[in-house]
Amino acid sequence: MTAPVLDHVATAAAMPARDTEMAVSLWRTAWRQIRRRRLAMTCLGIIVFYAVVAVYAESVYWYYRLRQETPPYKVVHFEDRFAKPTLQHPLGTDSLGRDVLRQVIQGTRIAFEVGIYTSLIAIPIAVIFGALAGFFGRWVDDLITWVYTVFDSVPYLLFILAIAMVVGKGLFGVCLGIGLTTWVGLCRLIRGEYLKHRDRQYVLAAKSLGVGNLSIIFRHILPNVVHLVIISFSLRFPSAILTEVILSYLGVGVQGEPSWGIMISDAKIRLWQGYWYELGGATVAMFFIVLAFNLFGDALRDALDPKLRTAEAKTA
Amino acid sequence: MLAYIIRRTLYVIPVVIGVALVTFILFNVVGWDAATQMLGRHASKEEIAALRQQLGLTGPKFFNFTAALQGPWWRLFDSQWFHYMKQLATLDFGRSFASNQKISTLMLNGIVPSLVLAVPIFLITLVVSITIAMLAAYYRDTWIDRSIVVASVIGLSVSYLVYIMVAQQVLAYQSGWFPIWGFESAKYLILPVLVGVVSGLGSEVRFFRTVMLDEMYQDYVRTAFAKGCTQNTVLFKHVLKNAMIPVLTSVVLTIPFLYTGNLLLETFFGIPGLGYLNVEAVNSTDYPVIKATVFVGSVLYVIATVITDICYAMVDPRIKLR
Repeated sequence: MTAPVLDHVATAAAMPARDTEMAVSLWRTAWRQIRRRRLAMTCLGIIVFYAVVAVYAESVYWYYRLRQETPPYKVVHFEDRFAKPTLQHPLGTDSLGRDVLRQVIQGTRIAFEVGIYTSLIAIPIAVIFGALAGFFGRWVDDLITWVYTVFDSVPYLLFILAIAMVVGKGLFGVCLGIGLTTWVGLCRLIRGEYLKHRDRQYVLAAKSLGVGNLSIIFRHILPNVVHLVIISFSLRFPSAILTEVILSYLGVGVQGEPSWGIMISDAKIRLWQGYWYELGGATVAMFFIVLAFNLFGDALRDALDPKLRTAEAKTA
Repeated sequence: MLAYIIRRTLYVIPVVIGVALVTFILFNVVGWDAATQMLGRHASKEEIAALRQQLGLTGPKFFNFTAALQGPWWRLFDSQWFHYMKQLATLDFGRSFASNQKISTLMLNGIVPSLVLAVPIFLITLVVSITIAMLAAYYRDTWIDRSIVVASVIGLSVSYLVYIMVAQQVLAYQSGWFPIWGFESAKYLILPVLVGVVSGLGSEVRFFRTVMLDEMYQDYVRTAFAKGCTQNTVLFKHVLKNAMIPVLTSVVLTIPFLYTGNLLLETFFGIPGLGYLNVEAVNSTDYPVIKATVFVGSVLYVIATVITDICYAMVDPRIKLR
């Protein structure tokens, strides 16, 4: 009479326990940890806000481009130049009477484009090379190690300048330059992880079941490594934005569109005349997104991979 | 040990060849149309052909099969790649397109101003940032540590360009404390050095602090505390020594970048170093200069990595001599 009741109690007690055990994945614990940190959540809020602004700016850009009209951020009001901040121009106007706030918003678009395109170039290279080198070892590893040692040896800024010069100035050249020079660090990390994982039991099990190498690399091991990619993405974003500013100043940056770098380097001459709204607007806008990404990236790294703390990403 | 040093040194050869290959592919294969870019769209065909000849952009890229089949076999190597290798081996980088001076002379002239600017920045930043990082580690988990972290993250979130522009505007132009532009006496260097140090502090302090704190949580530190060592003994005798290993890497690997110069500082403050040379070269699409500086900079970096590795092996016996 008592036995089934006990059994029932036992299974009832066991069920939720097993459920939570299954539900607690790396992502969920990480998310829970981040949500507890108020600073990290504030940074995430700032990033989301900027992303919304970037999407808005993108739609403005395409709206006027498809209608083949001059977008409002490029309209020149010569009589209105160097206006002080008013309701009509909250951040004043620049030397051609263009609204500074509108340009800052467009700059957000360029910054996100730079961040995303460079990641789209750098991360696949790093993941594929790192995975192949770590998994196959031997001559594949030797070859890939040689390739990334070579890429790592070329001075960063000079290399980007050279690439941008050869493929042509502009957004494409900048993204290609930054993308091709910043994959090495992530590639090293991923290679190391694959070296560790390839002898683990689940890989052996998959091998003995006859799973192909490519499938093991991308379907079995990759999910265990993908958190590195996410951390790397959030830390490369701010440094890509800062590098874009330097490149724009050096004259190989985005052409014909108002990026933060172009605004800052344009402001160089205006500063002598005492007009600093352009510089201030672009600097403040850039400061908050870079700060938010840096702090959020740190929190993400602590949450996803506590062991990785030393591998600090240096920014330009 | 000796075998390790020799093996590590020999590894320079394939890497330098790789660097040569990358610059070759970049400038001769992808950018083969350099002559048209440099002369502009309205240049005549003869001019472009002449410049191509001068830049070594004529003939087959890697192997000259046609010549080898017709003439003696060594004509196989009569190609752009082997000419480039010969240039590099003799350190003859040709002439600058913009000024028609020899590139090796230009680089030699630029190296002193660059180093005069870069070495003080490097040394001051190193000392100051390690001191601040030690402070942060000493007062870890207090408001002092936290404010150091906040200050360094804020510091590295501001663009380099803004530091330079604001410093030049406020400290040189408005207050007149420092000269604005030029390279005449030591006085001209104070402001650029100051800007260089301040703008670099953020990321350096953050990096060194992480390194120090990583060591603080090691087992040997706990042992040292357990046997009754004071905070000072642990920090300065135990932790600092071990923390020097990652610090050493970051230091040796920065040294070659001293040579490439500080592109922005040099252009803003008018210091005629290698950074200035490079920016001028980019502005005037001076391919040969960029090509030469990229190559020389990379070679120096490769040599520095070898030195770091050897220092490593000497300092830290745990590192396997593979």
